[in-house]
Amino acid sequence: MTAYKLLADPLQQFKNGLDRNGMPLPPSRQFVLGTDSLGRDIFSRAIHGTRVSLTVGLAAMCTATLIGVTIGTVAGFFGGKTDTLLMRGTEVMMSIPSLLLAIAFAGLMDGKLVHFHPAGLPWHFLDLKLQQGITSIFLVIGLLSWTGIVRVVRAEVMGLKEREFVQAARVLGAKNGRIIFRHILPNILPTIIILAMMSTAGTILLEVGLAYLGIGARPLPSPSWGSMIAEGQPYFISAPHIVVVPGVAIVLTVLAFNLLSQGLQEIFDPLRKDRSA
Amino acid sequence: MLKRLCIRLVWSLLVLIGAAGLSFLIARAVPGDPARVIAGAKADAETIALIRTELHLNDPLWKQFGRYLWQLGHGDLGKSYVTNQPVTEAILTRFPATAALSLTALVIWMALAIPVGVLTARYQGTYFDRIVLVIATIGISLPALWVARLLQYELAYKAGLFPVAGLQSFRHLLLPALTLVVLVGGYYARLIHTNMVEVLRMSFIRTAEAKGVSGSRLLFVHALRNALIPVVTILGIDLAGLLGGVVFTENVFALPGIGTLALQSVFNLDAPIIMGTVIFSAFLVVSANLVVDLLYNFIDPRIRG
Repeated sequence: MTAYKLLADPLQQFKNGLDRNGMPLPPSRQFVLGTDSLGRDIFSRAIHGTRVSLTVGLAAMCTATLIGVTIGTVAGFFGGKTDTLLMRGTEVMMSIPSLLLAIAFAGLMDGKLVHFHPAGLPWHFLDLKLQQGITSIFLVIGLLSWTGIVRVVRAEVMGLKEREFVQAARVLGAKNGRIIFRHILPNILPTIIILAMMSTAGTILLEVGLAYLGIGARPLPSPSWGSMIAEGQPYFISAPHIVVVPGVAIVLTVLAFNLLSQGLQEIFDPLRKDRSA
Repeated sequence: MLKRLCIRLVWSLLVLIGAAGLSFLIARAVPGDPARVIAGAKADAETIALIRTELHLNDPLWKQFGRYLWQLGHGDLGKSYVTNQPVTEAILTRFPATAALSLTALVIWMALAIPVGVLTARYQGTYFDRIVLVIATIGISLPALWVARLLQYELAYKAGLFPVAGLQSFRHLLLPALTLVVLVGGYYARLIHTNMVEVLRMSFIRTAEAKGVSGSRLLFVHALRNALIPVVTILGIDLAGLLGGVVFTENVFALPGIGTLALQSVFNLDAPIIMGTVIFSAFLVVSANLVVDLLYNFIDPRIRG
């Protein structure tokens, strides 16, 4: 993929990208995967699109994993009322359709200042500036995709908490923070990595959906797979390759993450390799 | 039992209020003045001020939310800013299309996933099993909007097997349903496979085998009944999620469903409809959770204890 990125810039060929009637060209020797409605080389655009999708997908995955692991660990470790409260909060998030919420969230960002504080109080540190761009998109996606991680992490932590080595550490006088960071988290690290890879597949698909609807990363001319599909739609019947190529790129990337998580699962946990499938 | 039910109900209600609060906050983040959206671009300041007072937009946020919850309790979700149609009515007129699509898809994918899941569990490790695994993995990696477009082009436009878009008859539902089947069918086949493999290892299966129960009866009656229990949970929540709006599939095939409604309202900045669809679909998921939880008591006597 790195090699492709290096190749992308010299490959951009804008001239001669349209036929005599101004229609997109099908794949040929000059344009390996054809050109789009403005005569741009689809191959290089698809490669450029990798940047946006992977950046947003991975950043959103990190956000989601951070939130998910934190909430899951706290809920599983402390149990009781903390657990109930956090899990109900998670349930609220789970019950809301994440795509709708993402569309609503992302569609509404245009540099607007939101005041979360009560009108009478001057708590301006609560103000939030919403802007369309890569940062907001990955935050929105990340903030909506952590619920799946919480459940698994919580279950694992609850299981580990009762194990002898944790009990031993506690008897030796270790504080909660030390137990969590030195004894529990390292033991669930494989699970966390697998969950992170799995959620990356989801975050990339969500980014594609948002970009397709025109509420993805800006500025627009920079290609993203979702927006390429959206732009190619009016030409679908005469030039289906405009839509097919970015779609194949998406499938291959998401498939790679799914296979990675399945492979890791078999390595870390050979007995239960069927768990997620 | 009754006490447990009551606690569950109260929690579900709290979850719903939380969802309402979240959607309220989002709707308030809508750029632009709702009054201006209603009045149109050419309205004068007086009209806008009038609409603002009428909608209580000058009140503090918590007061507005309180009023919203109060109306919600009476089944009133407000009126659309754009068409002035009551939100409840808008959602209910769109619901049948989404429900028909989701149920058609559900029937097809379960009809495929159950036999495939059972047989891959029986013949684990064979080429058949591996091919299904590959197909399922590809299935969960496909972007919905793209699959919908491709199927529409290949099967409806080129081959002419299905109508291209719109909703006039049951035939119009088949291709959108097929799209959903492609997306989730493989996942369910694997889910059933995984549970079947676990059940087949259990001792009661060996007992039944020793008693001389025939092969297919053993698989499809003794084992499948137990393997389906965990699947039901996921199925309930997934179905509720589908009913809450299959945004891309509906969008591509121009079906007048909840997903299309939600999408339109976001682009129109129609906050009451956005909130309405979010709360409606949260309501479906919460009720599905509740029903599945109660069903468990009947299906699986081990939990009752």
